[in-house]
Amino acid sequence: MTGLIFGIILTKSEVISWFRIYEMFRFESFHMYGVIGSAVFFGVIITLSIKRFGLKSINGEIIALKPKDRLFKSALFGGTLFGLGWAMTGACPGPMFVLVGNGASVFLLVIASAMFGTFLYGILRKYLPH
Amino acid sequence: MELVEWIRQPWPWYVAGPMLSGVMFLLLYFGNKFGVSSNLRSLCSIAGAGKVSSFFRFDWKADIWNLIFVVGALMGGFIAREYLSFSDAVEISENTKLELEALGIENPGASYLPSSIFSWEALSTPKYGVMLVIGGILVGFGTRYAGGCTSGHAISGLSNLQLPSLIAVIGFFIGGVIMTHFILPYLLTF
Repeated sequence: MTGLIFGIILTKSEVISWFRIYEMFRFESFHMYGVIGSAVFFGVIITLSIKRFGLKSINGEIIALKPKDRLFKSALFGGTLFGLGWAMTGACPGPMFVLVGNGASVFLLVIASAMFGTFLYGILRKYLPH
Repeated sequence: MELVEWIRQPWPWYVAGPMLSGVMFLLLYFGNKFGVSSNLRSLCSIAGAGKVSSFFRFDWKADIWNLIFVVGALMGGFIAREYLSFSDAVEISENTKLELEALGIENPGASYLPSSIFSWEALSTPKYGVMLVIGGILVGFGTRYAGGCTSGHAISGLSNLQLPSLIAVIGFFIGGVIMTHFILPYLLTF
């Protein structure tokens, strides 16, 4: 159900459009920055509130936010490779699936390629700097 | 009905962004987390990658909610397209349109995707097939190497004030700017 809402938001806000991503990386529109920026702005408020008030999940457990591993080299190198692919296909992992739902079935090929990329990482990770 | 009419318009950023934070909150509230790219690893495991690398020998069944999340996202994409939209056009800026026209893309912004690149027919042009496959591999490799994608690093990670996420997002932009400004112009006019 949450996924359903996610798919609708990404479609209606045009975040899944290759054109929007191209425009974002040319810094020619505020749209994408507005979407991500406001999501992070309210995300910070939500995250701080969870920690401050010890909010509980539906199971009655206090919501624990797992910190990201402090691996800076991999964040930078991996992030850069990801950015190259994001600008090329105009889609990060979420939008790939949403686009298939939109009828752009050719993105099944992109998803398969992304799986293969993840597979390659799994094999090569012991040789990579982290 | 006015509400239905309004929903069928493209949504402005100040509606979509806060709603995405809402999605993150719902996932946390249901005891999960917001990060789409982990599914690629699960899918590899399901496909049997555990035989080749221990990286894929993990309990993907514990993350099955996340696979259900992307199936939902796919269905949401279908519903939004079929029932909640009346136009395919994307109002990109004039400068972007002019640049794309100069690169040989016809009617930029007339639909969500340039059909000259993103269709099965386009794959008969080898460079477009290479674009989709190499781009996909870079996304899949990069996201796991970086430890997250746009949802996991840019939204969840930055919201939790994580320094690795900020570095990853800077990486996203280094890669994206290099691709958009220095590689795509050659690739598209090649």
